[in-house]
Amino acid sequence: MRALSWAYLAVAYAFVFLPVVVLVAFSFQDGRLPVPPFQGFTLEWYGRVLGERDLMEALVNSALVAGVSSLIALILGFLAAHALARVRLPGSVLMRGVLIAPMTVSYLIIALGLLTVFNQAGVRLSLWTAGVGHVVINLPLCFAITYAAMGDHQKNAERAARDLGAPEWKVLALVSAPMLAAPLAAAFFLSVTFSWDEFIIAFLLTRFDVTLPVEIWSMLRSGISPATNAVGSLVFLVSVTLVVLLEVFVFRRVK
Amino acid sequence: MTAGVSIRGVTQRYGSALALDAVDLEIAAGEFVVLLGPSGCGKTTLLNIIGGFAEPTSGSVLIGGRDMGGVAPKDRPTTTVFQDYALFPHMTLAENVGFGLRMRGVSRAARDAKAEEMLALVGLEGRGARRPHELSGGQRQRVALARALAVEPDVLLLDEPLGALDLKLRRAMQDELKAIQRRVGTTFVHVTHDQEEAMAIADRIVVMNGGRIADQGPPREVYLRPKSLFSAGFMGEVNKVPVTGGEAAFGPVAVPDGVLCIRPEAISEGGRLRLGPCRVVETVFFGTHLRAHVAPVAAPGLRLVVHLPQGAAVEPGAAVEPGAVLDLGAEDFTVLEA
Repeated sequence: MRALSWAYLAVAYAFVFLPVVVLVAFSFQDGRLPVPPFQGFTLEWYGRVLGERDLMEALVNSALVAGVSSLIALILGFLAAHALARVRLPGSVLMRGVLIAPMTVSYLIIALGLLTVFNQAGVRLSLWTAGVGHVVINLPLCFAITYAAMGDHQKNAERAARDLGAPEWKVLALVSAPMLAAPLAAAFFLSVTFSWDEFIIAFLLTRFDVTLPVEIWSMLRSGISPATNAVGSLVFLVSVTLVVLLEVFVFRRVK
Repeated sequence: MTAGVSIRGVTQRYGSALALDAVDLEIAAGEFVVLLGPSGCGKTTLLNIIGGFAEPTSGSVLIGGRDMGGVAPKDRPTTTVFQDYALFPHMTLAENVGFGLRMRGVSRAARDAKAEEMLALVGLEGRGARRPHELSGGQRQRVALARALAVEPDVLLLDEPLGALDLKLRRAMQDELKAIQRRVGTTFVHVTHDQEEAMAIADRIVVMNGGRIADQGPPREVYLRPKSLFSAGFMGEVNKVPVTGGEAAFGPVAVPDGVLCIRPEAISEGGRLRLGPCRVVETVFFGTHLRAHVAPVAAPGLRLVVHLPQGAAVEPGAAVEPGAVLDLGAEDFTVLEA
């Protein structure tokens, strides 16, 4: 029985990670195609990928879009969560619902909606418009995480800060935000990973400067090669690093 | 730095509920006033109104003669010590204590010096670099006190500050609180539901009930000469015996009509207001005294609670046993209107 459950675990993990393992393994393929049989180990594809300007520009673009859009989503989400947790407003339940609702809408619909709006408004597509799209998808996440973390503990400390003479923005900056450092960091890193991997919105809302997933997609159109595996592995490495950082610096400290 | 507080006709309504009903109260500068009452009596509401956390429905609050209407908590000459301490967990003790000064634009060096001075005042000298989670509950409450006093408020508001501490620590902190108040001279307004705590620290106790002031005065007076039945009962155990036409259940008494209130410890064999022979129904040994339930022989249905000396006995050397008959009288009593 025990052996069976271990076997089940092994199969489950294999199912999840086998594609990733294959992707990473064939990025080292010494040959033209990333398919079996494995013909030998080489770092040539990594060298080629890192030397390619378009790819490296896309990588920097992705990092910028992910960082800036996540920061904006975090600030807006935190402020909204703080207001809805602290101030009794008519219709706060409705407002909370509306803020979280974009989570349930598919990225494709959000991207199409934004595309129509930008076209109507005459806004030219750029990294900024893709960033706006990422704020739309990450704001509900940041809101939900920080809202859930706000408790009476912070509320009382905020009251004490006000009592000691702190104006509202200092209450937020010196008391509320630092007390929520862990959930805020969690929300930020999750937003960054989502934005970093996101394809549909970035694809529909960018034109000349593109993010990495869009660049990879255009690489794939010209056929598969171990180079795409190498890029994929690099993207995966960044995501994994973010998740590990999150685990070590945020969740570990919360416990 | 100290100032008096005038509360004039303050009424607070929450929907249809009346939390405070036209309360008038004058607090002198440097006075230690305790607002005492059961939960829901309006004492915390009144404290919140003084601190500016709530605006009264009607009436006004003056601090040092200045009307506080529409003045936010941060602009009032008051600070508060909260029951759950409300320390800032991400700051050191020195930063916690110096927070109010930081908000007033005081330089870091001056803040740290003041923080150290305040920590020394509450017996935590040299611990400025620690963080709140390293402290015990009693120490955290001291830090909260130091933090509130660091800005030298005219009035310090204490919202059940000792409520979260265990009994022994609470009694020790009371004495300290009183000593600190004497040293700084600030007006203290302290809310509690613990009448022993109130008696231990207050210059004046204000007993509240149902949004009104039921009684007020120095601890001794409120305890021994309560002005209302509620206050008599809330300040401690009391025997209430109705008197009509000079007759009580156990016989004639020379007091006006009303409710005769006698504290258990005021009853002894020597008291001047005679209760007549009483049969002991039950006794419990309490260490400092022997608590007995007695029934007057003339009125067997009436139960009186009596605190007898530990060694009290009908015959020397014997214990007071149920069934024994003692001839009791009350040394001290009050008659209140029913």
